[in-house]
Amino acid sequence: MSSSPRRRLLAYFARRPAAGSWALLTPGLLWLAAFFAVPLVVLLAYSVMHRGTYWGVAPGFTLEHYRRFLDPLYLAIAWRTLWIALATTGLCLVLSYPVAYVIARAGRWRNILLFLVILPFWTSFLIRTYAIIVLLRGGGVVNSTLMGLGLTSAPLELLYTPGAVLAGLVYGYLPFMVLPIYASLERLDLDLVDAAEVLGARAFARFRRVILPLSLPGVAAGSLLVFIPSLGAFLTPDLLGGAKTMMLGNLVQNQFGPARNWPFGAAVSFALMGVVMVGLLAWLRVRDAEAAA
Amino acid sequence: MTRRLSPLLVALVGGIFLVLHLPVLVLVLYSFNSSRFAASWSGFTLHWYARLLERPDILRALRLSLTVATLSTLVATLLGTLLALGLSRRPFRGRRLIEGGLYLPIVTPEIVAGISLLILFVALRVPLGVGTVIVAHVAFTTPFVAVVVLARLRGMDRSLEEAALALGADEVTAFRRITLPLLAPGILAGALLAFTLSLDDFVITFFVAGPGSTTLPVLVYSMVRRGVEPTINAVSAVLVVLTTGTIALASRLGGTRGA
Repeated sequence: MSSSPRRRLLAYFARRPAAGSWALLTPGLLWLAAFFAVPLVVLLAYSVMHRGTYWGVAPGFTLEHYRRFLDPLYLAIAWRTLWIALATTGLCLVLSYPVAYVIARAGRWRNILLFLVILPFWTSFLIRTYAIIVLLRGGGVVNSTLMGLGLTSAPLELLYTPGAVLAGLVYGYLPFMVLPIYASLERLDLDLVDAAEVLGARAFARFRRVILPLSLPGVAAGSLLVFIPSLGAFLTPDLLGGAKTMMLGNLVQNQFGPARNWPFGAAVSFALMGVVMVGLLAWLRVRDAEAAA
Repeated sequence: MTRRLSPLLVALVGGIFLVLHLPVLVLVLYSFNSSRFAASWSGFTLHWYARLLERPDILRALRLSLTVATLSTLVATLLGTLLALGLSRRPFRGRRLIEGGLYLPIVTPEIVAGISLLILFVALRVPLGVGTVIVAHVAFTTPFVAVVVLARLRGMDRSLEEAALALGADEVTAFRRITLPLLAPGILAGALLAFTLSLDDFVITFFVAGPGSTTLPVLVYSMVRRGVEPTINAVSAVLVVLTTGTIALASRLGGTRGA
């Protein structure tokens, strides 16, 4: 190792600390600029260009693709996406809170239970979605169990429904909700709960007035971590939903695929990105507020 | 004090855990079922696993997935670690913006990231293939590595590094002898995350893969589209064991739980 150029280089960076930081950042930032930011800018440009004759785009400027969103057909897809994402978040919240609460109070079982929450996460999302198909399809496990118990006489139409998409998303994103709520419940000072009890608060009042307010940062973080990917879901509605449960993610794919309207697909992408950006900014604020607390 | 949990609550949570694990358990169980029709159990068999070995396309896809995951993890770990180091030094103008911006690729819907890369490649007439898949995987896994390594750097005691510098080590030596060994578990956790994300990715790969660069998830997707069949259960079981095994082993080695 020759020491002289190295020493000169170090001396240079010692004089300019920011230059050292930028030298470390540059390779990664260049890669992300080239293969994440630039493609998004190209997509943005496409969203205001004219539609090409067969595919692609033609030069010119127009906002018609964003206006096209107001078509009832596409508004319906936007609303469905929004309510499915909200319902996923709500269901995850209702299911995760008791799970997080029990884990936070589980004493020596805590690590094992946490491990069990994360374990399904280690299985590919695609395979977990396929597993839902195996459970829900006509001759699947759920239907044959129901028929075996004599609860239904014919297989129920469970797959290719909004319910199936909801089940897939909740199953896929549940740990995103459990972990932040657990983190805030784990830090909760139990003396406060005891104080409320001594002062005469019943179990429900203790939960509503003490435990729940103190765990709200975890609830907010978890809700955003579930809501954001649910909004952009593509694979789950594609495999579990069928044509009648199309979400915005599927609309994007459809416009770049069979419908061959690239500019409109790009405009839908940016509508989706807009909502996701709002979610990201909200999440960063929640996180900073939590770090400051 | 630890409060007694109500039995009702424990039963409810037990039920939720059961439902959480049921789908994958059923899938693995039915990969040993001799019936073609998944719902009825008609005896134990290894037939579907034997069938896997007769499918060169599955083996080829598995090999490609592992190659892509290994190469993209190496690059993403390097880029992500450098990003984290750059962000953890003294504050400079624009640092918060860059840090916030790192989350943007993480929250961007995969369909948007995949499509926009596809149109870039098409516009530049870059032929789609293994190369484009690796480039895309590096782009979407690098921010994850950066965030994980940065978290480790922030939680680390920097006084040892300062002591080394005070004792006359130059920055490179202090980094190599002190910072890097302390940071290693964080880098390993980041690399593992990148590896599993790459191995599992379907959506982005689906758009930037060309003919002849079919990774295992893309192949499994096309098999699922064609219909449910027991071979998919067997492939899935192999993948489940592969990813779970890798993470379990590495989290034991690295001592980083549930990263």
